Amino acid sequence: MSGLSFNDVSKRFGTSTVVDRFTLDVAEGEFVALVGPSGCGKTTSLRILAGLEEASAGQLLVGARDVTELPARDRNLAMVFQSYALYPHMTAAQNIGFALSLQGLDKVTITDRVQRAADRLAIGHLLERRPKELSGGQRQRVAVARCIVREPAAFLFDEPLSNLDAKLRGTARVEIARLQKTLGITTLYVTHDQVEAMTMADRVVLMDAGRIRQIGTPMQLYHHPVDLFVATFLGSPAMNLLAGEVRHDRGEVRFSAPGLDLRLPETTHCAPGPVTLGLRPEALERMPTAPDRIALTGVVDHVEHLGAETLVQFAVQGSRDASMTARIPGGWPVRAGAPVTLSAAHVALHLFDATGSAVALHFAGSARASVGQRVPA
Amino acid sequence: MSRATLRTDRLIGSAVSHAFLLLGAAFILLPFVWMLLTSIRPASEVFTAGFNPIPSRLAAGINYSEALTKSPLLQYMLNGVFVCAGILIIQLLVAIPGGYALAKLSFRAQPVIFGLVLFGLTVPVQVTALPIYIALAKLNLLNTYFAIMLPFFLSVFGIFLFRQFFKSFPQEIIHAARLDGFTELEIIIRIITPSAVPAIAAFAVFSITSHWNDLYWPLIVTTSADHATPPLGMMIFRDQETGSNYGALMAGAAIITAPLILVFLFAQRQFVRGITMTGVK
Repeated sequence: MSGLSFNDVSKRFGTSTVVDRFTLDVAEGEFVALVGPSGCGKTTSLRILAGLEEASAGQLLVGARDVTELPARDRNLAMVFQSYALYPHMTAAQNIGFALSLQGLDKVTITDRVQRAADRLAIGHLLERRPKELSGGQRQRVAVARCIVREPAAFLFDEPLSNLDAKLRGTARVEIARLQKTLGITTLYVTHDQVEAMTMADRVVLMDAGRIRQIGTPMQLYHHPVDLFVATFLGSPAMNLLAGEVRHDRGEVRFSAPGLDLRLPETTHCAPGPVTLGLRPEALERMPTAPDRIALTGVVDHVEHLGAETLVQFAVQGSRDASMTARIPGGWPVRAGAPVTLSAAHVALHLFDATGSAVALHFAGSARASVGQRVPA
Repeated sequence: MSRATLRTDRLIGSAVSHAFLLLGAAFILLPFVWMLLTSIRPASEVFTAGFNPIPSRLAAGINYSEALTKSPLLQYMLNGVFVCAGILIIQLLVAIPGGYALAKLSFRAQPVIFGLVLFGLTVPVQVTALPIYIALAKLNLLNTYFAIMLPFFLSVFGIFLFRQFFKSFPQEIIHAARLDGFTELEIIIRIITPSAVPAIAAFAVFSITSHWNDLYWPLIVTTSADHATPPLGMMIFRDQETGSNYGALMAGAAIITAPLILVFLFAQRQFVRGITMTGVK
C-alpha cells in the first residue's frame, strides 16, 4: 500500500484539453473522491493514473515510484469499473484469482486467498458461477474481490455504483467505505454522485472542465465553497442564490436586490458591486429575526413532505423571479399559498463576487476560518 | 382494427414470408437434390428420366462403390482435410491478433493498415495468382500442400471479420485485464479468443467451405492426384476413369459434400451468432 501523486498532469486530445495541470497527493490509506459533472475530466485522470491512457504532460507516482512511463500491468493498481468488466468466460473464482495465477502463485495459495476475499464480500457461495449468472450487485462484489485479492498499492474506482439500483447503492456505499477503512488501503474513487463523494471520502476533489475547483474534506467543501460552482454542485436541494448588489451605507454593508434590502455583517470584506448571495436550504429557519440574522418573506408555492423534513418552495416577496427552497423539520404545517417568513443566521450566508469567487464574511470566533484549499485557476 | 383481423393479418404476413423463404430454399437446394437423385440412378436413366424424381431402379450401391473404388476419393478427402486445416489454423493465428490490434489498440499506422485490409478485400485471388505461381515454380515448390495453402494464409476477410467482432468487445474488460497484469498476448489468448468462439466458428465455416470447394488454385499448382483436393480429384476422376458415368460422379460429389454439411451442422448455432454479432453480411 502506498500514496498516490499527480504532478501537473495534463491530457490533451488535439486542441482540447481534457485534464489541465492536475495536481493531487493522496496520502497512504486515504480515501479521496473525484467528483464533478460528466465530461469534467475525472475519469480521464483516473485512467491516466491506471495507465489506461497516456498523460500528455506531468508525472505520476505510486508510493515513491515514478510510474509515468510504466504500462498498466506494472503499476500495481487495481480498479473496479462501472460495468464491473468481469471476464465473461470465467467463473467468479477464476475472475478473482486470475491475477494471482499470472503472478505465478501456487494453486493452494490462490484458492485460499480467493476464498478469503470472497468471504470478506459474502460471495463465498457464488464462486462457481459465471458473470452471466450473477446479479448486478453480485458482479460488483466479484469485481471488488478481484481487486482486494491482489493486495495492490491502491484501489481505483470508476463510478462503481452507478449501475446499481438506488437501494443497493446505499448499502454498497457503506460496505465499500467500511471495507476501505478495515483494509486501510489508499483509494481514489471517481463518481458524478455528490452523495457518494460526501459520504464516503476523507477528502473530495471537485473538478470542472478539466480543472480542480476545490480540494478539501466534504464538510469544508459544503460549508466553505471557494466559488459558485462548488457551492451549487454540492448539496441537494441546491444552494439558493440571489443576484443583487453590495452597497456601503453609513458604515453598514447592505445587500440589495429588487424588492429586498438586507444588512450583511459589518465584517464583510466586499467592495460595492454586483454579487450573488447564497443560502443553503437548511439555513432558512422559522426563527424570529435578530441583528445577526437576515429575514426573507414570501408566499409558499409548493410543498414537498418527505416525512422527516419538508421542502418548501417560496417566492421571495418583492422579487419577481426569486424562488427559494427551504428545508424545515417535517412536523411543521405548511400549505401552498400561505405567507411565510424565514430567517437565516449571518454565519450561514455565502457571498460570491462578480467572478463567482467566494467573499470572506470574516466572523469573530472564526466560524469559517478553516476554508478549504483554494486552487488557483 | 379488431383483434381477429389483426391476427389474420399477421397470419397472412407470416405465410407470405415463409412461402418466400421456402421458394428461396428450394431454389438453392434443388441442385443438391438433383445430385443426390442422380447418384442413386442407374446410368441409363441419368439423361432419360426427365424430371421424374423417382428412379425406377436403385443404383446407389453401384454408383457409390464405383466412386469409392475407382478413384482415390478418400485420398482426395484427406488432402482436403489437411489443406483446409492448415489454412484455417494459420489464418486464425494471423487474423485474431491482427483483428485485435485493429479493433483495440491505437497506433499511428492503424488507419492506413485498416485501409489496406479493406483494399485487400477487393483484390480477387486471380490477380495475385500469376506472381505467386511463378515464385512457387522458381522455389521448386509446385505440387506440394504448401503451394496449395500459401496464398490463403493471410486472410484479409478473416482480419476484417475478427476486427468487427472485437470492436464490440467491452474495452473495460481489456482494461481490467491490463491492470490485472496481462500482457497483450495473454489478453488475446486468454480473454479475447475464448470470447470469439462464435466468430471463429463463422470464419471456419467460410474458410473450410471455400478451400474445400476451391478448384481454381489447386488446378494451377498441382498436377498430381497425390495432393489433389476433392474438387480437383473429382475432375481427374471424371476425365480419366469414368468418362460419362454421371451416376458415379454424382455419388462422388455427394460424398465430398457430406463433410461440409456436417461441419455446418456442428457449427450452425455459433455460426449464426458469429454472423449476427460481427455485422458481416
